[in-house]
Order: sequence, then structure tokens, then C-alpha cells
Amino acid sequence: MLIFEHSRPGRRARAQAPAGEAALADIPESFRRKKRPRLPEVSEMQAVRHYTRLSQKNFSIDTQFYPLGSCTMKYNPRACNSLAMLPGLLGRHPLAPDTHSQGFMSAMYELQEILKEVTGMSAVSLAPMAGAQGEFAGIAMIRAYHDARGDTERKEILVPDAAHGTNPATAVMCGYQAREIPTKADGDVDMEALKAALGPQTAGIMLTNPSTLGVFERRIEEIARLVHEAGGLLYYDGANLNAILGRVRPGDMGFDVIHMNLHKTFSTPHGGGGPGAGPVGVSQRLQPFLPIPMVASDGSDYHWLQEEEMPQSIGRLSAFAGNAGVLLRAYVYAKMLGGEGMQRVADYSTLNANYMLKKLMEAGFTAAYPERRATHEFIITLKKEAKELGVNAMDFAKRLLDHGMHAPTTYFPLLVPECFLIEPTETEAKESLDAFIQAMIAIREEAARDPERVKGAPWSLPVRRLDDVKAARELDLRWQPGETST
Amino acid sequence: MPFIPHTDEETREMLDAIGVDSMDDLFEEIPANLRCGDLSALGPGLWEQEVSQLMQEKARADGQPLCFIGAGAYDHHIPAAVWQLATRGEYYTAYTPYQAEASQGTLQLLYEYQSMMTELMAMDVSNASLYDGASALAEAVLMAVRANRKSKSRRILVPRGLHPHYRATVHTLVKNQGIELVEAPYDEKTGQTDLDALKRHQGGDFAALVIPQPNFFGVLEPVDEMTAFAQANGMLAIALVNPLAMAVLQPPGEWGEKGVDIACGDGQPLGAPLSSGGPYFGFMCCTQKLVRQMPGRIIGRTVDLEGREGFALTLQAREQHIRRSKATSNICTNQGLMVTAATLHMSLLGAEGLARVAARCHENLGMLVEKLTSLGEIEPAFSAPVFHETVLRLPLEAKRVLRTLAAHNVLGGYDLSRHYPELGNALLVCTTENRSESDMNKYRQKLEQVLASRRQGACATMAKLD
Repeated sequence: MLIFEHSRPGRRARAQAPAGEAALADIPESFRRKKRPRLPEVSEMQAVRHYTRLSQKNFSIDTQFYPLGSCTMKYNPRACNSLAMLPGLLGRHPLAPDTHSQGFMSAMYELQEILKEVTGMSAVSLAPMAGAQGEFAGIAMIRAYHDARGDTERKEILVPDAAHGTNPATAVMCGYQAREIPTKADGDVDMEALKAALGPQTAGIMLTNPSTLGVFERRIEEIARLVHEAGGLLYYDGANLNAILGRVRPGDMGFDVIHMNLHKTFSTPHGGGGPGAGPVGVSQRLQPFLPIPMVASDGSDYHWLQEEEMPQSIGRLSAFAGNAGVLLRAYVYAKMLGGEGMQRVADYSTLNANYMLKKLMEAGFTAAYPERRATHEFIITLKKEAKELGVNAMDFAKRLLDHGMHAPTTYFPLLVPECFLIEPTETEAKESLDAFIQAMIAIREEAARDPERVKGAPWSLPVRRLDDVKAARELDLRWQPGETST
Repeated sequence: MPFIPHTDEETREMLDAIGVDSMDDLFEEIPANLRCGDLSALGPGLWEQEVSQLMQEKARADGQPLCFIGAGAYDHHIPAAVWQLATRGEYYTAYTPYQAEASQGTLQLLYEYQSMMTELMAMDVSNASLYDGASALAEAVLMAVRANRKSKSRRILVPRGLHPHYRATVHTLVKNQGIELVEAPYDEKTGQTDLDALKRHQGGDFAALVIPQPNFFGVLEPVDEMTAFAQANGMLAIALVNPLAMAVLQPPGEWGEKGVDIACGDGQPLGAPLSSGGPYFGFMCCTQKLVRQMPGRIIGRTVDLEGREGFALTLQAREQHIRRSKATSNICTNQGLMVTAATLHMSLLGAEGLARVAARCHENLGMLVEKLTSLGEIEPAFSAPVFHETVLRLPLEAKRVLRTLAAHNVLGGYDLSRHYPELGNALLVCTTENRSESDMNKYRQKLEQVLASRRQGACATMAKLD
């Protein structure tokens, strides 16, 4: 039932005081709205009950194991939320003068410093509002760097075929062509193909390390050398930073620019699809191009760096200073972990992933890269099960929901058939991992016995599988007044 | 260990199961010379209790000044239920609803959000959000360039009266694709976009015209004329609106003959706290015809295997995870939680409640302007009607006035001299429903003191000269 169906004319919640009759008298009729929008008319309790009930139809980290590969669905500490929502911070206007902003700015400055330290970069800007915007900022800086040197013939960004879809889409948004580099059977970049692709047209390469295949790119130093020799720069997609926090730093690997997904590695909430935050870090030579605003300190006071102080900046990415509330949550998280706590992130997320991989292999499932050490995530391929039992990766995913677990990422990366990309994160206890492995075994047994039961899953959720074709062909994107639902 | 549940025994057991001796062995594929393994510079972790004290100190340091700044971020009252529900774990800690069956809560809520936004904007379709208003406008510009079949132009007409930070953001996000923003001036008397100057672009080749309502000065634009002008000249009309204003002002779907092609803006006034500028959310609506050119997630209603109603991500062939380099945008994560709050906010207020808030904000502005102009030497800069925000001309530098007011914990508005030096000593002031009459009296009183001290200072100077 939609909220609109609880609506009755004249019914309403009351939180705001009314205005005077003539409040809008100085706005001529020609500018005014003639017909009210048909928004719901409900009581406060009806709204609360409706949206509480809706929430109960969601899987979430707070209610289920959520091993969604490449998304780092770790526990989001509640203190991060409540402290970012302290009245003084929540009520601060983005254009408040520096005299009334030192508390907020000190947190932002310290966060910049923390992120520099953990990534090994020379400078950090917190401006990008999500990972994809961080990618945009990174590639825009690479372009600004080449342009500033008069090196304008570089037209291509190299992207491994395993990369997240945002990588090639970002290259295009920055006016480049994306050129794919194949991956070898062992999961590493094909060096011969890379060498053949590099040339005077190469602006840079976008790499995720560990890659989306769940393995560490072992020849990263050689890649960095080759790309730099060709005059290109290296961009690090921080989607998998959780795997290496405190173990190896992108700056030390030779990357020139990186973005971090704070909603992954720094545990800010995913919120049903955002808001995220995607700060960027750079090496010395890209520093002048960082997006604004940034926070600077003269030792005692903090102030903003704007266009005037950073004339070569790629510019603004948002109306104000990015997703400040998300940045505050990440700051609180970083303070609670400290250096030692951050090192444990990589250790335990890697421990959990390798444990699951080992147990699944022992149970007869097929690893995509059996010879490789898993990072914080790993891939299994259900090709054999699909062939022998007629039950594919999507069927396994949907049946897992019936077992009370969110499914791993399915059918990504695209180059591994029938794949599951599994990322348990460090905050899951051993018993969650064991339960997942037991569920996988149970589903496989069920598939042998009663494949239709698996193919028809899920059975225990508010809906069964949805008709995506109908959704795309007979577009129904909004409630229409006067209708009642089925 | 913070947020890690493993006991020492379990850790040992798991390492044994994997067949390694230590944690270090798990990282053996990382070349030894690259490993760092020391973050001691970050210092030790803090207990929750300690970090609470730290954050409270920081929050206190910023005070809670009396705020008359708007300029794209507005201090509205948010019903208590909004954030109590939005921070329920089931909303707060879920992700993009890829597994539709396990995400019906978020998906239905987003569908309801799309329904509310299309109603508020009087447009055909809405997406499920973008990052913020400024980046949403950039996406609208890119969309217009893709979608305009009458023109291959990569030039966009943008009023000078549009928020300067929005203009800057759009420039950053579109310049690398060879898209050029051409400035349309405002009328110095009215503060509206100068229609005569606009008409001089007649016959020029542009992909779109951006139409803000209200514009950065709070001034109401002649939206019918501007929309008609754009569409008669082969441009798409892009509306950039304050969504709260649309509760009382003509919505973009009704501008001109047939409404605008794309409407977008910042959803902050619909339930997002000021929070230093974010997270807010960008919204975008468009005509049915353009839906396949729209960026961002879109939710559709469909049925399940048993014919029951259900909701799912749809038209995904537009998106980067399917289309890669040919996607409509690189956007992936959007601002789902803010949209959750906005949906709750709109449900709790309804059309009547939103109109009530809009009217109250605007009524307060009238009161404030009356109080401040009664001091003499201060007058409104523009003659056109405004909505809950306006430009005042001061007898001395806005920067100086604001500094003195801030010392008294009053944030008196936004100084326009940096972005609009041609306006002289101009100050953008705003009231929301949260500013009471006694707040305004305090502002007036402090401003009076500033003006009086200047007069005394001036007299003293003159006396010296004599």
C-alpha cells in the first residue's frame, strides 16, 4: 500500500506554525501556483507507521549479514551518527564565517591529515561527494596536469576490463576515450597488452588494487614505471582500500592520484544508496589542481582555500563543501580506531575473506583464482553448478535471501562467468561466516534434490522475483491520483 | 578491538584453517618493499566516551549563532519523526537496492518520492536523486546537450543571477566535454534576467537555457517568458528551483506553453539539516520523452511471479554498471538517505504544510526588511518580487557590517561583493520560519549600533579634518 492511499483530504500532521493570511500578498498572482500538488494528507502516526513498516522490508547491515562484494558493508558505529548530529554541527550554515566554524574546520583539517597518512599522498581534498565524483576529480586533475604542460595530445585513459563501470564512464565525462586492457588468467593485468597500449596518446591508467577480482596486482611497480615512462599518470580507485589499510599505501605503490570511498573504508552509512563521500589524494605534482574548497591551517586558526588561493584548481564539485556530515562521521570513526585500529581493518577483513574462501573450496565450490591469496574479498564461480544442476548464480543469490543473508555481488566482474564477489568485512564474527558457508552447501544440496525450489526463490520475502522486463517496457514511475493498488 | 568481534582463539583457529602461521602471511603477495605496517603517527584510538567529549568541544566552538544567511541552504524546522525514522538501521545501513526482493522498503519509498517530486514540480517523471543541486544542474546540462535534437550546439545560456557556486560547479563538471556556458545578464533595476539582453541571443545556436526560480538574489524570474523564449529558439528549458518555493509558486511543468523540459534543484529545504553544506540531495525531473536520457537511478513499479505489486530499479541500460563508457553519467551512489528524509518530510507536511512553511518564511522576510530599512540608509536593491530572500544595499561595506554583527553572534547575511562587485555594498539576507520577531529585533538593534558607530566615527574623522 502506498502512502498516498492513506491520504484523506484535510488530514495532516502539525509541526509548523501557520503564517498570516496575507503572507504572500506581495507576490503577484501570475507567479503563484494555482493547483496544490497532490501530496499525501496523513497524520503523524500514519506516516510513522507506514515508513516503519516499509523499513522492515529491507535487508541492512543492522539486521543481516551483507557480504556485497566491492561495497564494504561493515558495521556503521552509532557514535559516528550521533556525534555528527550534535546541534552545533548540524546547525552550522555552510557559509558561516570562519569565526563560527573553527570546530568544524578543525575536524575537516584533521581528516585531511589522517587520509594523507593512511594513503601516503601529499595532499587531500574532501570535496567529492561520492566515489564516482572522486574518480571524476582524479581524472580531471590528470587532464589539468597535462594541459598545464601544453601536453594536449593525450586522449586515452587505460582501464582494465575487470574495472567498475564508473571508471570508463568517468574517463568519458573528462573528455577522454576509455581503452580496455585485458586481464590474464591469474587475475593480474596482461603486461604485454599494457605495453602495446601505452604511447604518446596515453593520459593515464585507472587501477583498483586489490582489483575487483579480489587479488593484489603483484606487478604494480612495473606498471607504474611503464605508465610513467610513457608520460601517463596513475589513478587509484579506492573502492578496495579496506583490504590494505595499514599494510601498503597507494602513494608508495606509485600512484599519482587516488580517491577513497569513505562510505566503504571509513564506515559511513550506505543509506540505501548514499550519501557517500569520495575524497581525493594526490602526489606533489598534482597538488595545485585539487578541487576546492579545502581547509588550511596557519598553526592555530583554520581557513578555507578557494579559487584565489588555488588558481589552478579543477574547481568546485558542489555548491558548498561536499558531504560534510558524511566527512564528520568518517572523522569520528578514524578517531575511534586510531592507527592501530586501522591496521586491524585490513588484517581482519583479509582473514575473514580467506577463511571463507578456504571453507567454500573445501566444500567443493570453485574459486575463480584458486592459486591466489584472497584479499578482503574473493570470487567463486558457480559455472559448474549451473551446468550440472541447472541452477545459476542468480538462483543461489535469491535463495540466500531466504536464509536471511544478503546476496554477494553477482555477475560482476563481467569476465568471470556465474560469479559471486564475496566481501565479508572485518566486523563479521566467525559464526556469520560459517552460517553463510552452511547456507551455500544447503542450497547446492537442495538444487540437486529440488532445483525448482531454488530457481523459484526467494519464497519468504514480501515479494518473489519481479518482472524486470515489464518494469522497463510498461514504465510506471509514479503514482497517479485516483488509482488504488492491487 | 574496536568493532572487530574475533577472540584470540578464533583468530588462531581461522589462521590454522587457512593454513598460515600469521596475519603477515595473508599479505605475502604484496611486494615486501611496499609494505608499510605503521600508522602510529595517527595516535591511539579513542574510546567512544572520549570522542564524544572531543566532538562536543568542536560543536561548542562553532556556537549557535542567529543565522540570516540563505544563499542555497536554509534553516527550516524538520519534524522530529523525520530523522528518527531515517536513521533506523534498515534505511541507514542498507545499500543500493540491487536485490529488489530484499529492498522493497527502500524501493517503494523511492517510488513514492518520485511520485511526490513529479507532483511538486508538475513534471512527468523523476529520478531517485543526484548528489546536490549544483551537480544536478551540471547533469541537466549534459542531458540537454545529449537530448536536444534540434541543435548540435554545446553552448548553454546561463543567467548571471544564478548561484555563483552553481555556475562554478557546472563549469567544472562540463568543461572537459567542450561545453561552454554563456552568461545572460540581469536587469540592474529588477534583479531579473534581462529579457531584452536574452532576446539578442535569438537565432544564436544554444542547446539549453537555465531558468532559476527564485534566482540567487531571491528574485522571481519571468519564467513563462524565459521558457517560451528557449523553446521558440530550439533550446531545451532547464528549470533550477527551490522545491519549497514550488509549494506556492507556479511549478516548472506549467511554465510557458508546455512546461520546461528538465527541472532540477537542491532538495535541502525538504528535510535536510544545514550540516555545513551537506549531505543534501539533487533532484531531477523531466518530460516522459526524455526519460531515457535521464541520469541516475529510476524506480519502476511492476509485479512479481505471483502478480503481486513490487518495485525495482529500471531503465538500467542508461547506467554505468551496464553501459560503461556509453552511460548517461558516471553516477553510482546517490543520496538515498536524504531522499528517505525528504519523503518523510513531504508526507508529514503535505501540500498544505509546505505552503504554510513557504508563506511563513516569506512573511518573516517582509518583517525583517521593514525593520532593517526603517533604520534609514538601507534599501532593497531590486524592484521585482522575491521569495524569502532578498538583496539589501548598505551604506558601508557588507564585509565590515557582517564582521561586527558576527562578533555579537548574529550572521547577518551573505556578502555579494566577491561575486557581484557591480552591486556595491550589497547583502543577501534570508529568513525562514525559524526566525522569530525577537531574532529580527536583535538583528535590527545590532545593525543600528554598527551604523551609529560608523556615523560617530565619520563625525570624529570630519571633526579632525576641520
